[in-house]
Order: sequence, then structure tokens, then C-alpha cells
Amino acid sequence: MLVSYNWLQDYVDLDGITPEDLANKITNAGIEVEHLNYPGEGLKGIVVGKVESCTQHPEAEKLHLCQVNLGSETVQIVCGAPNVAAGQKVPVATVGARIAGNVKIKRAKLRGEVSNGMICSLDELGFDHNYVPKEYADGIYVFDDEVPVGADALPFLNLDDALLELDILVNSAHCMNMIGVAYEVSAILDRPLHLAKPHVEESDQEASEKIQVMIADPKKVPYYGARLLTGINVKPSPRWMQLRLIAAGVRPINNVVDSSNYVMLEYGQPLHTFDYDQFGSERVLVRAAGENEEITTLDGQRRKLTNEDLLITNGKQGVAVAGVMGGENTEVSAATKNVLLEAAVFDSISIRRTAARLQLRSDASSRYEKGIDRNRVVSAADRAAELLTQFADATVLRGIVDAGERTVPDCMITMPWQKINQVLGAQLTLEEITGTLKRLHFSVETEGDTMHVSVPARRFDVTIPEDLVEEVGRVFGYNHIKATLPEGTSAHAALTPYQKARRRVEALMEGTGLSQVYTYSLTTKESVASYAVRNQEAAPTQVIWPMSEEHAALRQSMIPQLINVVHYHLNRQMPNVKFYEIGKVFLPVAGAARPAEEEHLAGIITGKRSERTWEGEANDVDFFSVKGIVETLFDALGVSSQISYQPAKRSGMHPGQTADILRNGEVIGYVGALHPKVEKDNDLNKTFVFEVALDALIRHGELGITYQGLPRFPSTTRDIALVVKRATAASDLDRVIRKNGAPLLHSLRLFDVYEGSHVADDEKSLAFSLVYQDPERTLTDDEVNAVHEKIIKACADEFGAELRG
Amino acid sequence: MLKEKLLELRQQALSTIDSADELKALQEAHVRFLGKKGPITEILKGMGKLSKEERPDVGKLANEVRQLIAARIEEKKTDLEARLLDLKLESEKLDVTLPGRKTVPGSHHLLASIIREVEDLFIGLGFSIEEGPEVEQDYYNFEALNLPKDHPARDMQDSFYITDDILMRTHTSPVQARTLEKHKGVGPVKIICPGKVYRRDNDDATHSHQFMQIEGLYVDHKVRLSDLKGILTVFAKHMFGADREIRLRPSFFPFTEPSVEMDISCFRCGGHGCNVCKGTGWIEILGAGMVHPNVLRMSGFDPSEYTGFAFGMGPERIAMLKYGIEDIRHFYTDDIRFLKQFYRA
Ligand SMILES: [Zn+2]
Repeated sequence: MLVSYNWLQDYVDLDGITPEDLANKITNAGIEVEHLNYPGEGLKGIVVGKVESCTQHPEAEKLHLCQVNLGSETVQIVCGAPNVAAGQKVPVATVGARIAGNVKIKRAKLRGEVSNGMICSLDELGFDHNYVPKEYADGIYVFDDEVPVGADALPFLNLDDALLELDILVNSAHCMNMIGVAYEVSAILDRPLHLAKPHVEESDQEASEKIQVMIADPKKVPYYGARLLTGINVKPSPRWMQLRLIAAGVRPINNVVDSSNYVMLEYGQPLHTFDYDQFGSERVLVRAAGENEEITTLDGQRRKLTNEDLLITNGKQGVAVAGVMGGENTEVSAATKNVLLEAAVFDSISIRRTAARLQLRSDASSRYEKGIDRNRVVSAADRAAELLTQFADATVLRGIVDAGERTVPDCMITMPWQKINQVLGAQLTLEEITGTLKRLHFSVETEGDTMHVSVPARRFDVTIPEDLVEEVGRVFGYNHIKATLPEGTSAHAALTPYQKARRRVEALMEGTGLSQVYTYSLTTKESVASYAVRNQEAAPTQVIWPMSEEHAALRQSMIPQLINVVHYHLNRQMPNVKFYEIGKVFLPVAGAARPAEEEHLAGIITGKRSERTWEGEANDVDFFSVKGIVETLFDALGVSSQISYQPAKRSGMHPGQTADILRNGEVIGYVGALHPKVEKDNDLNKTFVFEVALDALIRHGELGITYQGLPRFPSTTRDIALVVKRATAASDLDRVIRKNGAPLLHSLRLFDVYEGSHVADDEKSLAFSLVYQDPERTLTDDEVNAVHEKIIKACADEFGAELRG
Repeated sequence: MLKEKLLELRQQALSTIDSADELKALQEAHVRFLGKKGPITEILKGMGKLSKEERPDVGKLANEVRQLIAARIEEKKTDLEARLLDLKLESEKLDVTLPGRKTVPGSHHLLASIIREVEDLFIGLGFSIEEGPEVEQDYYNFEALNLPKDHPARDMQDSFYITDDILMRTHTSPVQARTLEKHKGVGPVKIICPGKVYRRDNDDATHSHQFMQIEGLYVDHKVRLSDLKGILTVFAKHMFGADREIRLRPSFFPFTEPSVEMDISCFRCGGHGCNVCKGTGWIEILGAGMVHPNVLRMSGFDPSEYTGFAFGMGPERIAMLKYGIEDIRHFYTDDIRFLKQFYRA
């Protein structure tokens, strides 16, 4: 909503309040002034000139030589505008003037003729061409009335104005018109409000003899009023009205359309004018449109309606889509003589739906959508009639023909007045509270501790006691309220065990050199299902209207996005990177619209283990680098003993370098190398990834810590190297050794893997270091030997393992 | 005779020792002069041939010479060893300005750091951290927050719908509604809800279809707007510096009444006006307000018994303001050169 500072002064005395002051005060009272513009900013030396004579330029067909009276002198100006003529009063940029775009006007010679300045178009004075009236669109501006020659032209073009652009939210719809803003400003400044009641001269002829109004559904159309105006002379509206419309961002058309737009801006009441002679009947029937009923709107479009739309009809056919757009057949034209003026109230939700579906959001529909003052509808019709009488020579037929309720009662709010202090934490007196409400033009009665506030319909956003708390708070000013700290129950708060563990996971990942990233949950439909820890039967979750194909479906794994992040870095010469992400994955559930959400941890590493240093190049990361990361994680979370790894074939992963991660036998993640084909497709080097369901890892009970005293007796260490088939999994040997070593085997560590000339081609040697210990005594060699032999035998039995010589 | 010989030996030995420049030469000197077959041993062995009168004198002298030589060898040895050590140390000299072998930790994402800082502050103030689903029911995302279907304010947050009734949450407020519901009408409820939210925006320098939000909620008997002001003052000072001031401006959110925006005095210019605060001296940080009675009622709380406040902030905005980051997309592009700058954040 663009508010003209000059126009506002019609209603509230702004003496001593600069536009900046006003903008700040309005913003601080809750309606943000987004911009403050001075349309005449930078203009200088523009005066009213009178074209005394206008002759053809001897050398140029399209140029005119004008002798222009500037009050103090008469100068020659060469003008190329087609509409320049002798006798006109025009804005002249004199020599030395500045026009729009900070262009300086100099004395010039045009085809041999001296030009002392420039006669200006509105565009040259900074007006937005979209709002320039048609009659001035291709030429200079011409004053249509008495303006003093030689005077500064800016005030006559409203270029001494300031425009406040208000950001209208749902609760400030009452400020979508000048009167509403005036009420607000009157309350903020605590200054009186001057509103003139429209005065309509009516003829003796009753309008009701010429028109009837019927409403089919009073719920959707609470009120419909019509006035008839005859003998209209369609022409441009007066300069002041045009300039106010332009300031508000509305293009002037003619006096009829302009008057109805002007009243909408002033009163907030959308009006519509029909050419009565084209109306087709003497009857207005407002009803729901039929399914697929058609109407041609005044933009020339044929539109198909549904029975959700409200239609203004002449009893037979549609003449306007209610509150949204008029019909072409009844449009006011230059030839119009008689006008049917509509002032109505339509259901906001219905208008919103229709406007959205037809993609016809207009100044009118947006006001209906956000709500209008129910009690202003009749006076808005009167105001339009008044303007059309004055500026379009109209005769107003007697009476408003209408149906529905003309007014609605005030909203009564009863509350203990102290509630305002209780909610705000303030200490306002009763007088301060009622005084503030009266500034807002609400009437207040008090009765002991109780306050009865009567809120007029123009403030339809104020309906409950809390709304009054806000009204008092914002007008009184929140800066007057002292900060306190809550006095209520003291609450203890701490991270949940899950939140605590998740923070530890983050620290651990960063400790191992991985940097945290956040990627998008929405990704492409193609990549969305790949790399999921568990393949999903149900179709991926998709959004109905994606903004782009890039963000169309919900990820089931973070790996595809992490691959993109690595790709990004490779493209920028950063080949050694390591990242992790903790975030939700969304697993579709058959038969349910909502996916199951799991929090996962995923990581990706590629390149060297570290950047090259002066000591030389580090090794490349490999499968065991990435596996070491997850193992470190499991150790830190104390779950390693429940974790096992199984060779796995997964789509997009290297078939020989991928392991599923199991916790107590259930797959909770995987770790491995990307498939070389994926690496090639994405221009990646060797890249390793993991993803683990964090929920499954943390939530299912973290293992507690059981303290064990320090050993008091020495331990015995024995190393063995076992030769087994290459296909034998180290973890299987590990399991068998532990099982057979219990309880004396205290710890076990694999320290060498050998494949080569000293063993057979299909064999490998695994060397383990075994530590035997008993907490209660020193073990004898015999005791250790017995267990050790048992282990070797078990390995021989299960895997055909032989001791390496 | 023997005396002269001893004195001569002494002279010889001392000069040999003095001229020795390595340990080996000292050892040789030791063997040569003090060894079992050395001249002094010989002399002592031949003492028997001497007269009774000569014997004590020569014996004494021989022992003195022997001790002197031994002492001098020892002295020289210490000397040489010290010199050798110096040489060795000299040879081990490093360019201590060369870089060490660092472990390079990964960096914590700046948004995560900001969220953690806010979490820790509010935990200290007695707020627990609640989380909730990112794919929400329309009911929790809108209706329970006083945004019925067809409410015009729904335009304000165009959403990613999955079905007519399921959508990507547009704010973390549904967690508030869910938490209130869980408390079955009994306060206090004192929570903050951090998390990802989604809106149908085109990604550009100032918009992101996915971003973070942290919301706070405190519902109890007699919670006042002045309490909100107090808590937000603590927050502003903690996050932006102890000399920050705040102001509350009226605003509109469907789920709060009254609603306010919180500005802080500019941390760059201290309130005089600069390009960070666009000349106003104030920076808009977050939206807040007193929980709307409809919201309380719908989640099972009696608005005549309970009041509450709620607030919501954007970690991206806080980060961008604090560090002068110009493009919101940096947070999701994850360029390591961006990320690692905030290693210590
Ligand atoms: Zn500043």
C-alpha cells in the first residue's frame, strides 16, 4: 500500500511531523514502512511555462519552435512532442534544470535553432510510464487547469510529495486504504481525525424503478448495493485525482473508472461500474456460477467458471466475476452515458479461491481477500456518486438499491482491564489503558475491574482480549515495558542422552578429519532411492509441485549429495577432501503418505590422507581408512562388541570393497568404496563412503561403563602367525580365537597380513598378538600353553590353519 | 735417577694428554703411561732395588705422578666429551621454523555451531531441546498454530506439499504444538526446537528452499511479555555482545498475540548507523510474541490458566550478520574453503 503524505493531510494534521518521523512512528506501531520515496527527489528548475506560440521548425518536420513564457521571460524552446500547441501550460525544464535520471538541461541548438530548455513529458519528470495517462503517454504533459505561469511546477505535479510504502500483513488489512491509515496515524500521533461525510445530490427519480437487486446466498454475499447514475460525460479525470492515483500506483483511465478506483483507495471498498445501457436487464442477481459457465472478462479472455465462483448476472447471464473482474460486454466506454455502480461485500475465502484459480489478483480482489470495513460500503457508494456528480456531470438517481445488511454491529470485548498489565508485564493505569483505546476510536466503558470495549467493524482483526492487549501494547509502545525474568516454576534442562551422543559423534568425526556439511533433503527423483541403507519397497516420497527437478523428492541416503559435494571440490582443484553429514533420510512407507524419518550419519573421503607436506606425499585413503573411521566411532560409543561386518554387494558400490555393518545381526549401515563406474560418471578419484543409521546406533541403549580395577598380576604375550586360505575372513579367525581363548585371553590384535612367495598362491598368513592374563594370580607357562594350543587346534579344525614356520 | 725419570714421564704424559683431540688418543695415553706395562708400573715394580732412604720419596713421587696423569686424563676426557656432544648437537640442528606434523581436524558447520551456542544458552536457562519430524501433517504445521485452511496468512509461507494433508514443515513451530499436546494441559513447557524447514522459494543470495530455524516456547502460569523481553535481552547479549540493547516492535504472526519483532542495537556501529544496520542503528533478529489463546486451547491448555511466549530465529541470518556472509547458498554449497573459516566458531 502506497500512502501519499500529502493526501494523508486531508485527514490528519501532520504539522511538525516529517515523512521520516511518520514512517518511523508507523513502523514502531506495527505496520512496517518498507520504503519511503520522494518522487520529486533530484528534480530542480522545473517551472510552469505557457506556450505563447508554436510553429514548425524550418529544418525539421517533427520539431516545433515554441515561444514559452516562463513568467520572468519568454524563451524559445524546440519541442518534438506531437501534442504541443499554443496556449498550453506545460512543465518546462529551464536551462540549468535537473530532470529525471539526474540529467542536466543545457542551452542547445537543434538543427540550427536555439532551444532554451525543454518542455517535459511525465516520464522525463520521473513518473513510471506504466501509470502515465494515455493522453500524455506519447508527448508532453499539459496542465488542464489554472496554474500560475512561472511558478515552481513540482507542487502542481504532486512532486513535493513523499510516498510511504506499507507492508500490509493479514492483521493490518484495515490500512489498505487512506481512511484506515488516517485512523492509525491519528491514534499514533494522538491527533484528531477529520473525515468528511460524502454529500450526494439525488434526483427525484427513484433508482429502484430502474434496477432491482437479489442475492442468492447471503452467506457468500452479505451485502450488495447499487446506485444508478445518468447523463455521464466520460472524459479524463481532474489533475489532482490523476496524480493521487498515479502516486498510489494506479493508472488513470477516465473519470468514471478513476472515481471508482479513487474511492477504493480512499475507503478500501472495491467498486465496480457497469454500462447500464449494456447491462441487458433491470435486475442484478448475484449467484454462484454454474459448473463450466463462461464469461468474457474485460481483458478479453474467455473464462470458464466453477460453482465455487460468485457471479454477478443480469438475471440471465454473467456480467462480472464478483470481486475479481468485470465482464467485457458491460464495460464502461467513452460512449457510456448511464452507469450502474456496484458497492458490495463478498466472502473473502470465495474471492481468494476464484482470484487464485483464474490468476486474477487485483487491487479489488486483494482487498476482498484480506477483508473490508463492512460499515463503509454505503458511504463508499455515496462518495463515488459525489465524485461522478462533480467530475463526470452525473445525475444520481434517488436511493441505493440493495440487498443484505448495510451495517454490522461493533464487536464487544469484555475483559478485566488488569489482564492487559498481566500479559504485558506492565503497570499501566486504567486511564492510560482507556485513553489508548480511545485514541484508536474504540469506545470503552468500565465497570469495576471489568472493561467493555466496543470495536467497530473496520477493525475486524480485533476480536478477543489478547487483540486489545496488542492494541494497547503497540500504541503505548513496547519500549516502555521493563524487561523481567520469568518467575514461574524453575525447570531443569539437559541434553537427552541421544542429543549428547550425537554431539560426541560430531566431535569424533571432526577429530578424524571429516568436515561437517549440510546438503538438501530434496533431491532428484533419479538419485533419491540409490544408496539407501535398506532398500525400500514403497515408491519414494515426492513433493506435489517441486520448484525444480533438482529438488523433487525426499532423499533416502545422504551419499548421492555427498558425491556432489566431492565433485564440486574436484572441479575446483581440491582432490583431498573428507566430509560427513548428520541428517534425516526419509524412508517411504507403503500405504502411508508420510515417510519414516531416520537420522543418519554419512561420510565420504577421497584423495590423500593429508595434504602434501615438506616431508613428502601422504598415502592415499583406502577402504581401511574409511573403515577405521566407523570403527573409531563404534569404540567411542561403546558398541564395538555388538558390531560385525559382512561382505556386501550394493548398487553403486565396489563389489569387492564393501561391507554391511551389522549391530546384533541387524544391518544398520555400510562402508566401502564407490563403484569405479560411479567414480567415472562423476569424474571422481577413488572415493570411499559410509552411512550408518544413527538412531539405531545410539537410541537402542548405549552400553554403560563398568569399572575394572587395574591388573595386579603380570600378563603373558604370545604371537602366532596362521596360514589360511585367502578367502578366509580375518573376522572369523578373530571370533574363533576369542571364543577358545576365553576367559584367560585378555586381548587380541591382528598385526600382520602376508600374501606372497613364502606362502602358497591361494593362501595368506595372519599374525595375531595374544595377551593372556588372570586378574587373581600370575599365570604359569603350562596354563598359557594349554589355552594357546587349544586356540591353534580350533583354528586348524575350523579353517585348516597351519602355524607359519 | 728415578726421580728425574718420573719427572720426565710426567712432562711427557701431560703434553701427550694435552695434545690429544679424541677419546682414542686419551685411551692410548692411559695405556701407555698408566697401563700394566707402562713405565710408572715398571718403576713401582723396580722399587725393591732401591735403598731404604730412596724408597719412600720415589714411591710418593711415583704415586703423585700417577694420580696427576689419571686426573688429567679424566679432566681431558670430560672436556673432549663435552666438545663431542656440542658437535653432535650442532649436527642435529633443525630448522625449527619448518611446520610440524599436524593432525588436521574437520570443521564443525557454522550453522551447527550457531545452533549449539543457542542450545547451550537456553539449556542454561532451563529450556530443553525438542525435535520433531520434518515431514509434517498440515494440522501441526498450520491448523494447531491458528492457521486454519484458507487463512490468508498461509500465503506467507508457500509450502512443499506431499499430499493435500502432508507437507515439508515450513517452520519448527509444529514441534511446539506436538510438545504442548504431549503435556496434556499441564505446564510448565519450556523448550527450544532447532531444525530444518522448507519453503517454496527459488534459491538465490538471500533465499533458500531449505534452511534452519530455532524456535523457543515457554508456557506456564503468569508468563508475561516482559519476561519475553528479559529472556531475549539475555539472548541478544550472549550472541552479539554484552553491550547490546534490544527493542520490540509490533508485528504479526498468526500463532502469537501480541506479536513482536526483536531488533538489537547494531553490533557494528553501536547504534549510530552503518551499512550493516542500513543506517538505522538497529538490526532485525527474530520474531516473537505471546502464544495465541487458540494455540494453547487447541493443544489442550486452558488460556485462562496459562500464558506463554514463543520466539523464532534463523541461524543463517544470525551467521550472515555476525560474519558478514553475503550469500545464503554458501551454507549448503559446503565449499571447504568456506567451512574451515569457521573451525573455531
Ligand atoms: Zn550499524
